[in-house]
Amino acid sequence: MDDNPQDTAATRRKFLATVGSFISSFAAAPTATVRPATATPASMASAIREVVGEAPVRQGKVKLDVPPLVENGNAVSLTVSVESPMTESEHVKSIHIFNEKNPQSNVTTFYLGPRGGRARVSSRIRLADSQKVVAIARLSDDSFWSDSVDVMVTLAACLEDLR
Amino acid sequence: MTRALINVPAKAQRAEVIEIKTLISHPMETGYRRDNVGNPIPRNIISRFVCTYNGVEVFRADLFPAVAANPFLSFFTVATESGTIDFQWTDDHGNTQTASASIEVE
Repeated sequence: MDDNPQDTAATRRKFLATVGSFISSFAAAPTATVRPATATPASMASAIREVVGEAPVRQGKVKLDVPPLVENGNAVSLTVSVESPMTESEHVKSIHIFNEKNPQSNVTTFYLGPRGGRARVSSRIRLADSQKVVAIARLSDDSFWSDSVDVMVTLAACLEDLR
Repeated sequence: MTRALINVPAKAQRAEVIEIKTLISHPMETGYRRDNVGNPIPRNIISRFVCTYNGVEVFRADLFPAVAANPFLSFFTVATESGTIDFQWTDDHGNTQTASASIEVE
C-alpha cells in the first residue's frame, strides 16, 4: 500500500514527539502553581479508613446528588439521602462526605438520629478541582454504605488568591 | 455579630416530618489563601453546628474548610411537640452564634 514506509515512520515519530511535548507541558503546569498540602485519592482512602475502620463499605442505599458539571467550585450544591425508615431500631447515625483533591479530604460530617424523620441533608461545598466526591453513611447496625459522583469543575475554589 | 437565617414551619401536625433550612453569614476562610501582598489569610471556619428540639439534639454537623462560605444546611426532623428549636454555630475560636424558632404542633 505505502510507497515509502520510511517516510511515514518519520512522520509518526515527529507526530509522537510533538504530542509528547504537548502532554508534558500540561503535566509541568501544576507544579508551577503554589499548592498547599493537597489531598490525594490515597489520603481520601485513609480519611475514610479513619471513619469506617476495617468494616466493609458497600455500594447502595445512599444517593449523593451533586451536579456532574459545575461552573463555580466555590459553591457546589450537594444533597445526600439515605434509604432508611429512621426508627429507633433502624436509622442513620452519620453521613460523611469526602473528596479527592481539595487541600483536605474531609468535607462535612452530619450526625442524625431517629428524631431525624428523613435521612436527607443538603449543603453547599467547595471543590478545588474536577474530582470524585464520596458519601458514606453509617447506619444504626454499624454497617457502612456509600455512593460517589465524579464532578467536573471549571472554576476551582479554595486555592485562589485575592488580587 | 453575624446574621443567621433559619426557616422552620410555624405549625405542623404531630409526627409530621418537617424540613429545616439554615444559613449563616460567615466567610469560612480556608487558611489556604494569600492576600494581595502574599501574606497567608488566617483560617476562620465554623467547625460545628448543632440543632436541638426542646433541648434534645436532633441534628449535628462537623464542618471543614471545604464547606462553602455562608454555610447552608437543610435537614429534616419529626415535629413531636410544641416548643422551641435552637440552633448553635461554633467557630474555630470558640465563638458561638445562636438562633431559635418556635413551633406549634397540633
